[in-house]
Amino acid sequence: MSAVEAGGEGAGAPSQAIIQVTDLVTHYGDRQILKSVDFSVNRGEIMVVMGGSGSGKSTLLRHLLALEKATSGRIVVDGVDIGSASRKQLTELRKGIGVAFQGGALLSSMSVADNVKLPLRQHTRLNEDTIDIMARLKLELMNLSGCEDLMPAELSGGMLKRTGLARAVVMDPKLLFFDEPSAGLDPVTSVELDDLILKLREAVNITMVVVTHELESAFKIADRITVLFDGEIAKVGTPEEIRACDDERVQNMINRRPRKDPVDANKYLNRLTAGAR
Amino acid sequence: MANDQSLESPGVVVGTVCAIGRSAINAVQQAGRLAMFFVTTLSRLFYWPFPFAEVIKQIHFIGAKSMPVIIMAGLFTGMVVALQFYDALIRFGSVDLLGSVVALALIRELGPVMAALMIIARAGSATCSEIAIMRNEQQFDALDCMAIDVYRYVMLPRLVAAIIAVPLLTAVVDVVGIGGGYIVGVLIQDVSYGAYIGGMVDTVQWNDVRMGLIKSVLFGAVIFCVVLAKGFYLHIEQPVSGAEGVGRATTEAVVLSAILMLFTDYVVSAFLL
Repeated sequence: MSAVEAGGEGAGAPSQAIIQVTDLVTHYGDRQILKSVDFSVNRGEIMVVMGGSGSGKSTLLRHLLALEKATSGRIVVDGVDIGSASRKQLTELRKGIGVAFQGGALLSSMSVADNVKLPLRQHTRLNEDTIDIMARLKLELMNLSGCEDLMPAELSGGMLKRTGLARAVVMDPKLLFFDEPSAGLDPVTSVELDDLILKLREAVNITMVVVTHELESAFKIADRITVLFDGEIAKVGTPEEIRACDDERVQNMINRRPRKDPVDANKYLNRLTAGAR
Repeated sequence: MANDQSLESPGVVVGTVCAIGRSAINAVQQAGRLAMFFVTTLSRLFYWPFPFAEVIKQIHFIGAKSMPVIIMAGLFTGMVVALQFYDALIRFGSVDLLGSVVALALIRELGPVMAALMIIARAGSATCSEIAIMRNEQQFDALDCMAIDVYRYVMLPRLVAAIIAVPLLTAVVDVVGIGGGYIVGVLIQDVSYGAYIGGMVDTVQWNDVRMGLIKSVLFGAVIFCVVLAKGFYLHIEQPVSGAEGVGRATTEAVVLSAILMLFTDYVVSAFLL
């Protein structure tokens, strides 16, 4: 069952999918991380991927960005099959994608302005004046005017994320990925960032995939939410559908109830005494 | 007790064999990664535009900023070589050969090796840490996602800069070292100025300079290939990430690059002598 089908009920007729993941299986060593994941994102929507720590949401994101090779399955992003794409195809695809990393992932040897200008300098033939204006516009959009000459080490966590976001949107991508945009931020900055994401969608109508475990943020910005549990998709739907979902795992997450894992006393004791003879 | 030993011994043997096997596989994998890394980085030489500005920036970091430590190393190396050889040559009444011996020792051997060791200690370790931190902070993932070739944008300028800067720094060590030998030989031990400089001019040939030059170019390539690859493959080779992983990667890079540099030194000497 595809994610579009899974989330189809009440989510309206699915429009054209810009991301289509089919039967994705991944391993790290012997450990299976994603177990036959089917997932899709429609053009122009904000899809939030939620789940607890270790649920596989960051792994899923890394596969969508072609940063990892899957064990099996198919990932098609904007018509490009990532698994079989040539280097040139991937390069062209990535020019139309923006990624806002958890910690900003700014190049530490460059100023804020140079970080934002980097994709323009590498991929366009624009003159330096135009590049400068475009970078300032994006920084202004992120409320970072006046920070152009600061180095990444001089920025706060929120400023790092916003600079990373400015860099992600400087090429006007059609697809934007966020990795834990609210993680580590104070509540006010977190809300500001959510507003910024919505503002961006209104301004340029780009498709966004947001990986997060922040409930409030997810329900505020999402058109649809995908909930991952232990490498499997538990539920896909609109925020209302997720709230109304009767899956116990989803309800536990929404209501912040701890998991009731049965405790195997022998396993627990073995783990505690591992290495002791 | 005897029974215990007989039970334990097969386990110990198997464990030792397994450990040796793991080490061997690890060494082969690491050598393969290094070779692939070096070839991939050098292949970016033929991509346009070439990152000239970044190469110059890195030459400044590896070369110009290393000058104080290189000058100190060259000066004391030249002085101690002159002192040792003066003590040996005076026993045979051949102190007039001091200039030739100091110059040959520095140009052929000590200049390239001392410059390389200083580069490993200063620029090599710093570069490895920088690259490892970039890996830790997802900066390479970010570059990949921006469709920016990491090898061309980050690795190639550093490797090319090292291949240019190490021979230049070696030349500085040679010149300063000969000056240090002059201070000890001529100014302190009263060897004649003419014998020191004239002997050097008569003895040192282009082949000696060529040997030093070849060594220093190869040292630059070997050292920076190792330090860049060790930082770049942090996530594969280190069992831990974060500050501890960066520290381990840097330590391994310094040790491995020094060993490979000395191995290269021997191989080149064996071929050219």
